[in-house]
Amino acid sequence: MSDQRTSTHFSVNERVIFEKGSPGRRAFDLPELDVPRKPIAEFIDPSLLRDDIPGMPELSEVDVIRHFTRLSTWNYHIDLGLYPLGSCTMKYNPKINERVARLEGFALSHPYLPAGDIQGALEIQKTLETCLSEITGMDAVTLQPAAGAHGELTGILMIRAYHELRGNPRKKILIPDSAHGTNPASAAISGYVVETVPSNQQGMVDVDRLAEIVNEDVAAIMITNPNTLGVFETQIAEIAELLHSRGALVYMDGANLNAMMGITRPGDFGIDVLHLNLHKTFTTPHGGGGPGAGPVAVKRTLEPFLPYPVVAKDSSGRYAFDNDRPNSIGKIKAYNGQFGMHVRALCYILANGAAGLREVSEVAVLNANYIRAKLNSAYALPYDSPSLHEVVFSDRLQAPQDVHVWDIGKRLMDYGFHPPTVSFPLIVPGAIMIEPTETESKQELDAFIEAMLAIAKEAAEQPEKVKTSPHTTRVGRIDEAAAARRPVLRWKSE
Amino acid sequence: MRYIPNSETDRKQMLSDIGIDSIEQLFSGIPEKLRLKRLLNLPKALTEPELVEYFRARAAMNSSGGSAFIGAGIYHHYIPIIIDALISRSEFYTAYTPYQAEIAQGTLQAIFEFQTYIAQLTGMEVANASLYDGSTGLAEAVLMAQRITKKNKFLVARTVHPEYRAVVNTYAKNLGIRIELVDYAPDGRIDLAKLERLSANDVAAFIMQSPNFFGTIERTHDISEMAHKHGALSIVNICEAMALGILKAPGSDTNEVRTADIVVGEAQAFGVPPSFGGPHVGFLSTRERYVRQMPGRLVGLGRDYSGRPGFVLTLSTREQHIRREKATSNICTNQSLCALMATIYLATVGPKGLREICEQNILKTDYAATEIAKKTKHRVLFSAPRFNEFVIENGKGSVGLSLSTFYPELGDSALVCVTETARREDIDAMVQRLVQ
Repeated sequence: MSDQRTSTHFSVNERVIFEKGSPGRRAFDLPELDVPRKPIAEFIDPSLLRDDIPGMPELSEVDVIRHFTRLSTWNYHIDLGLYPLGSCTMKYNPKINERVARLEGFALSHPYLPAGDIQGALEIQKTLETCLSEITGMDAVTLQPAAGAHGELTGILMIRAYHELRGNPRKKILIPDSAHGTNPASAAISGYVVETVPSNQQGMVDVDRLAEIVNEDVAAIMITNPNTLGVFETQIAEIAELLHSRGALVYMDGANLNAMMGITRPGDFGIDVLHLNLHKTFTTPHGGGGPGAGPVAVKRTLEPFLPYPVVAKDSSGRYAFDNDRPNSIGKIKAYNGQFGMHVRALCYILANGAAGLREVSEVAVLNANYIRAKLNSAYALPYDSPSLHEVVFSDRLQAPQDVHVWDIGKRLMDYGFHPPTVSFPLIVPGAIMIEPTETESKQELDAFIEAMLAIAKEAAEQPEKVKTSPHTTRVGRIDEAAAARRPVLRWKSE
Repeated sequence: MRYIPNSETDRKQMLSDIGIDSIEQLFSGIPEKLRLKRLLNLPKALTEPELVEYFRARAAMNSSGGSAFIGAGIYHHYIPIIIDALISRSEFYTAYTPYQAEIAQGTLQAIFEFQTYIAQLTGMEVANASLYDGSTGLAEAVLMAQRITKKNKFLVARTVHPEYRAVVNTYAKNLGIRIELVDYAPDGRIDLAKLERLSANDVAAFIMQSPNFFGTIERTHDISEMAHKHGALSIVNICEAMALGILKAPGSDTNEVRTADIVVGEAQAFGVPPSFGGPHVGFLSTRERYVRQMPGRLVGLGRDYSGRPGFVLTLSTREQHIRREKATSNICTNQSLCALMATIYLATVGPKGLREICEQNILKTDYAATEIAKKTKHRVLFSAPRFNEFVIENGKGSVGLSLSTFYPELGDSALVCVTETARREDIDAMVQRLVQ
């Protein structure tokens, strides 16, 4: 085991919470009622009331603490180690973000309070909007979308509203074959047909092919830049020009912004609208799958279509919500976005400043290229275009031993790492997509590289060991097909 | 920069290992003409003490809001301390989405427990891993009902949260969905006669909210029965999830025809701070037979290849990363950490605590409404039973949320919310403000 970072350690078993506790236990006391007590049936017809909540357990405070603490120990997480997840930008989440988001003036603030009582919150939102506009080179930002895919939907609806105002919403959204799955799904629920654009030999959009398919039916292209191979679309300005010349717009998936802060700006290479993921580039925590936040930045031409409300200054210089937006696409979410995430993202931007954010992107790209250089002989590199913040290998050298990308990822767990993004982008068979981010030290990267090299060696010499991994986790690989065939989605009493 | 470990020395060593001289060379793929030739124009970088001061100053400019008696979809309930203690564990809040089940069993089991709690509270068979919030959850429920029924017309109560209705409109307008609004009766509940009149066999679903935006409790079971009589689905929207602790579950009845098909809503009430509108946590529950039409993530119980039980994300063939444009939704994330907060909340208060909190909400709300009617000139509108909100006439500017924008016909009326956190002296002071 000396070659691995992990060791066996006690791991406490824990039942589901519904099998714990006992009648009469309590973890909570409510202050005594200080208004007259009357029977509830005096107010509400008993036929509208419930007698009990079957199956809901009664627990003590210690029961609750132990339960969730035990569950927590079964998770891998960024404070424990590196997540090489391509396209996910799993970087360190600064502790101060959490502290300031919990300040009572933010945490207990209600968006329906009069404007005079929410100046601090509105200033935070406006300042964040201004910073994101500058970082992206765009003119205006909405913070309303709750996550990246929600931002995509917002952006595409704005594109639709733009075309509708010109008399024709058009029919199609073009999406490169390397795109994230949310792109086509967002286009479809905006009422568009999706047409796929093939990639060329360098893993970039095939511009000649694109020129053939852009016509008046095309509302926009949704492009990721740097793309999901971690490669900058060198002809992005020409692509934008082509679309614009035919009356179409350019949407950019900003998932990979971590590669370019202070280096190049979407607004300067022809992008009309893009979303950002505050939970990627701007360090708001992933929380085990959310909450995220997906602000959308636009050029002046699309500003009238932003979801309402927009944070604006009134004549007296006070911030206020502006709901009078006649061309707005409407509301995309109640209130104005995941404010708690906005506080954290602004805290991160202010901690860095302009030079700091540029350094973030530089080191993120350096770290990815370091991994690329060190793993380049052990793993196949399907596209040799220059990598920015992530690098995509494939399992082509391991596949002859019947060791596939999924096996390599699982074996990494035994070495103490989360697997990379696997089997994506779809244009690379057996893709292994690695994005280390700037918050990993050389030592951490070296340990990861050693693990990957050791696995490559194992794949050649003892493939079974890799294929049956992981060997050191609480549970092994779950039979997903069986779980989906007869889904058990909730606990029930026997 | 303090969040970047590699020093100049490390960086030089790495560049040398790569075989280049400068970081600049790594950006050779970006055409020169597209490079930014200056530093970004951003505020000066702040140190940690300066950041704390910056945010404290802004937080101090906000009112914390409890004494304003505003609810309207976001509720000030007491939040037990242990919730923050537990979700502040890095193991929960810095973990990624649990796609790799072997090293994410903690998150997965917690979500499975959330799904179970929501199913128990709503009386439905299954619930998902959570959605962005109640408003987008309702929009997802509409799209789900369209998929199930292949029909496009929806009857929506005007007493559904106006912002939720606005979000539904944004989602629906490009998908051929038509919304017909159903007005409220003088008692503040859905006008059942109007609903019956508008019903026809081309209706996909009825959408009601209970407690509704005015705080009154709808007869969800009667309305579900009416929907089913016309071949429509019944969608019950819940903005104030706390009420599920005492109201009959919309999904539960001895007669299935009287139960909802989709119960969707917002669980912010369960231990999630108002946070100026988000992040909160949407939920969606339904009948087992519709599970493959559900949006969003689902956690299931499975077994590993040596037979050990374990949790795993399941039925993902519904989702965008597999199905792309044919997915049931474009949704990718859930609100895991907020769902965990709700789960810990429910574990902490338990069924008896929940009942007691609900009773206090009802009794304090009744106390406030009675006092206002007795001691002030403000009339309390709508006679139907209520949970923790009510509407007063001519309330503008003094207390609660003015309804002049959302319901112009109610003039200067205001929506007032009283939860268990309001002490009797707070309520008395509010009544005094209205006397003046």
